[in-house]
Amino acid sequence: MEPSESKDTSLQKGPGRWVNMRIGRSQRMLLGAIPILLVLVIYLIAASQRHAINPSDKLLPLPGAMMEAMSALIFQPDPLSGDYLFWSDTLASLRRLGTGLGISALSALVAGLLLGILPPVRATFGPLVTSIAVIPPLALLPILFIAFGLGDTAKVALIVIGIAPVMIRDVAGHVTALPREQIIKAQTLGASSWQLILRVALPQAMPRLIQATRLALGPAWVFLISAEAIASDVGLGYRIFLVRRYLSMDIILPYVAWIALLAIAIDLMLTWSSRRFYPWAHGADR
Amino acid sequence: MSALLSLDNIGLEYGDQVILERINLDIDAGAFVSIIGPAGAGKSSLLRLVLGQDAPTRGQIMLDGTPLRPECGPDRGVVFQRYSVFPHLTVLQNTVFGLECEQSHILGRLFGSKRSTALKEAEEMLDAVGLSGALHQYPAQLSGGMQQRLAIAQALIKRPRILLLDEPFGALAPGIRADMQALTKRLWTEYDLTVIMITHDVSEAFSLGTRVLVLDKRRHDPHAPNRYGATAVYDLPLDKREAEDPDVSNTIDEIRNTYQDTTHD
Repeated sequence: MEPSESKDTSLQKGPGRWVNMRIGRSQRMLLGAIPILLVLVIYLIAASQRHAINPSDKLLPLPGAMMEAMSALIFQPDPLSGDYLFWSDTLASLRRLGTGLGISALSALVAGLLLGILPPVRATFGPLVTSIAVIPPLALLPILFIAFGLGDTAKVALIVIGIAPVMIRDVAGHVTALPREQIIKAQTLGASSWQLILRVALPQAMPRLIQATRLALGPAWVFLISAEAIASDVGLGYRIFLVRRYLSMDIILPYVAWIALLAIAIDLMLTWSSRRFYPWAHGADR
Repeated sequence: MSALLSLDNIGLEYGDQVILERINLDIDAGAFVSIIGPAGAGKSSLLRLVLGQDAPTRGQIMLDGTPLRPECGPDRGVVFQRYSVFPHLTVLQNTVFGLECEQSHILGRLFGSKRSTALKEAEEMLDAVGLSGALHQYPAQLSGGMQQRLAIAQALIKRPRILLLDEPFGALAPGIRADMQALTKRLWTEYDLTVIMITHDVSEAFSLGTRVLVLDKRRHDPHAPNRYGATAVYDLPLDKREAEDPDVSNTIDEIRNTYQDTTHD
């Protein structure tokens, strides 16, 4: 696509090359919304065409059908359990995800700091962390089910095993890469190893940990949905895989959209907290 | 032994590579020693030895008459060319850091009246280096010169026996550099400092130092460039009396001519 006359007027006047174009805040919102709207429109057209041919089509449900199916899950208690299924699914999944992320972040912080700043610890445990990190976590899932049973523990453990090693290595790498001058300077100011960790390494590791958590969020969802798909009785992943048997796209699609929304919300929260609590780490765009 | 710092026949080798050899040096309290020399002559290695970051392969370093442990400590302050300040702490927090480490071993932070006393001391120190207007800014918001001012304040608050400067103004613009040199000279007199400064600016070495040390290799084997290490080829006191001595001024000219161009990286 080449810049046409009509498109140029919607952007601020400026240099002629694409790489130099400046895009304002409102224009960015507008431009970002176009592809999303386009996808929705294409879906609606495809869905209505299928329904014109076959009114009971299940593959591409219309918005009305989705709302009807979802309102049953959101507003009406399940006749068997008495639970509002949508909410209990969300709560169960978020609890597992949160516990997994929390344990992973905490262990990444502690292990990352120690591995990063204490040479003997790095020499001793570095290879172990590296070898755990290369094991495909899903291959361990049967072991986890055998060891921890089919409850939440195994699911949380899968998330932790899946993301913690990568996060540990990331934080440790960041701490190792702190300028040598800073570590020396701190010692000439009288800092002990403990004070170095607490006052120099820990605060500088925090924004990196938040960044690592953001990046681990995607894999964490993958492991959560996989574990829920295989053995569970509640959860967003469980529901999707359960209703798949009835080809209930009117539930699957809203659930997927909901998961995406939750993921974006968590991501925004992490970004916000990093900027709020560690403003020095975002110097360039303060 | 009356010297504050004395290096006795110091040698430093990494494997086959000889960095420094036969360095004998007595530095008196109150001296301002400038060290110059071509790139790769082991200036920074010598500084690392005094700092305690490295241990000498041969010889012994004595500080105040006791052998130096190969570990950094609060009796030797340092300012590097870059990365000397903590990016996650404000100017004031950076400066008070040294006091907090000393007085609060477990938390590394002070509270109540101890905290206000420490903050007051830090503010005075920052005032002395001309940073009282930037107490709550982060280093990233400061110019290069201001960051170096902060690094100096941070080191001086510990009242180190020796202040080590590793090309402290090397990354600064010429105008700022002159300001920083004047500041360093003033602090040196006001706080009775003993300073060892590495620089590759020969005029800076002469204008600030009371003594200029030139590190270079005495012998050079073109087939084995690492065979011989650098040592002090000139050790020139610059007291007023001796500056009038024609021998000394001849030597100064000699050093200027030899090293003016070679010391740049």
